[in-house]
Amino acid sequence: MSRWEVVIGLETHVQLATKSKIFSGASTAFGAEANRQACAVDIALPGVLPVLNREAVVCAIRFGLAVGGEIAPRSIFARKNYFYPDLPKGYQISQYETPVVAGGGLTIRIDGTEKFVRLTRAHLEEDAGKSLHEDFHGRTGIDLNRAGTPLLEIVSEPDLRSSAEAVAYAKALHALVTWIGISDGNMQEGSFRCDANVSVRHPGEPLGTRREIKNLNSFRFLQQAIDYEIQWQINELEEGRAIHQATVLFDPDTGETRAMRSKEDAHDYRYFPDPDLLPLEIGPEWIAEVKAGMPELPQAMQARFQADYGLSAYDAATLTATREMARYFEAAVAAAGRENAKPCANWVMGELAARLNRDERDIASSPVSAGQLAGMIRRIGDGTLSSKLAKEVFDALWNGEGQGDENAADAIIEARGLKQVSDASAIEPIIDEVLAANQKSVEEFRAGKEKAFNALVGQVMKATRGKANPQQVNELLRKKLSS
Amino acid sequence: MSLTPDDVQRIAHLARIEISAAESAQTREQLNAILAFVEQLQAVDTTGIVPMAHAVDVVQRLREDRVTETDRRDDFMAIAPESEAGLYLVPKVIE
Repeated sequence: MSRWEVVIGLETHVQLATKSKIFSGASTAFGAEANRQACAVDIALPGVLPVLNREAVVCAIRFGLAVGGEIAPRSIFARKNYFYPDLPKGYQISQYETPVVAGGGLTIRIDGTEKFVRLTRAHLEEDAGKSLHEDFHGRTGIDLNRAGTPLLEIVSEPDLRSSAEAVAYAKALHALVTWIGISDGNMQEGSFRCDANVSVRHPGEPLGTRREIKNLNSFRFLQQAIDYEIQWQINELEEGRAIHQATVLFDPDTGETRAMRSKEDAHDYRYFPDPDLLPLEIGPEWIAEVKAGMPELPQAMQARFQADYGLSAYDAATLTATREMARYFEAAVAAAGRENAKPCANWVMGELAARLNRDERDIASSPVSAGQLAGMIRRIGDGTLSSKLAKEVFDALWNGEGQGDENAADAIIEARGLKQVSDASAIEPIIDEVLAANQKSVEEFRAGKEKAFNALVGQVMKATRGKANPQQVNELLRKKLSS
Repeated sequence: MSLTPDDVQRIAHLARIEISAAESAQTREQLNAILAFVEQLQAVDTTGIVPMAHAVDVVQRLREDRVTETDRRDDFMAIAPESEAGLYLVPKVIE
């Protein structure tokens, strides 16, 4: 059977983190009672006029800067016309010919290799309301709270070649928009939704006909829907049927995609410039002002972590998964000293991440502060605490011992007597006792069994309740056995 | 360029306007007359002229991001044809 190449492009709707709507002063807060946040502009009463929210434009500029796109000095709002009850004006205000951001791209990492995904554009638009199809005596209920919520629609080029790449791209985009603070990225609440354009072709051939899977609001559904769709299209083509352009929905219960009832004129939106809105001008001064307020971007931070702290690319990428994690790590290094950067990385990505994950907690609300962790790592570094007993200290910190005290690790080591014993005069008598009590192991070792040596080290560590410096125990023990 | 009767029916459908056959013929004539004007406009040489999106040459004023609207649901519901449980009711939407 001939091989197929998969071609995917994503359109992502990102809800912008503004307090008020894009064209009105109604609140965008999630979870309000139906229609309590839908004002005259949002419900399209006659005579109302839209007024553009400055902050929504700032979000678009931030995004444009973050992806290296071109920010249009002048962009136009257009009306996208279609009839649906949750769109009370009969059109959605969007951007068509001149989007606010053009081009740019995003680097994704997949199986250890990097890939640059080009972006086509990003444009500002308003969200629609919500239709509730539960039975209201054969009627549909309309909630317009969401109508007019600002969205940035981000369109990728068809550069993605598998569902795994599509998910990697969606995750990278999600990480970026939350990093630069333009969206809360809450997928359950619909703040980040993807449409996937999927087609297949033989390599080298022109693009196949695409079908668009609408409204995927989880990375898992994105993967499942694309995988199903790819297989479906390949089956159709291999059985000699043609693919027809269509909009399809993914059903998470069956794991299948199915075409929406096709309306021949569904895509005839008759865009035209919205006469209610004037051209949006973004001058170089404004861009410079927004740029000055931008946080360091993940990629720049990764490069800095590698250069300044000697971390691997993998560690640097893991630690910059979220801005909170990066902030925590840097706070820990600042307190523990640069020479402890690698142990800090290991603890943050290892024990801390595992605990946070287990308890479903956010690093920003970690019970162990960066300063406390740093205090403990310093004690490992200076030999006061063995790595083994550090786990016990970490446990105590996690359980709230010494809460609020940046030197809690020292207090815990002291109170529990966990200080590592590196004093030969204290260890030697214990070794003598162990040797006397384990003559059999001693003889086995002298007969050439290395395993017996480890058993003796274990006995010494046990006798010191884990506090002896293991390296020193090794050295002293060898010396005694060879004498 | 001129519109066919089918074009007119399609435009009417997109605008959700119901028109009779007689209206359709009349509308077609009117629309074609408008398109004739457009053809005249298109004959003008516009080389080097930046397209305008708006009749006046001013730019968009922006609003600060503040919540200024209060909840007026009860007022709006009072003028809606049908409502229930805080929702506006419309004929059932299938799909």
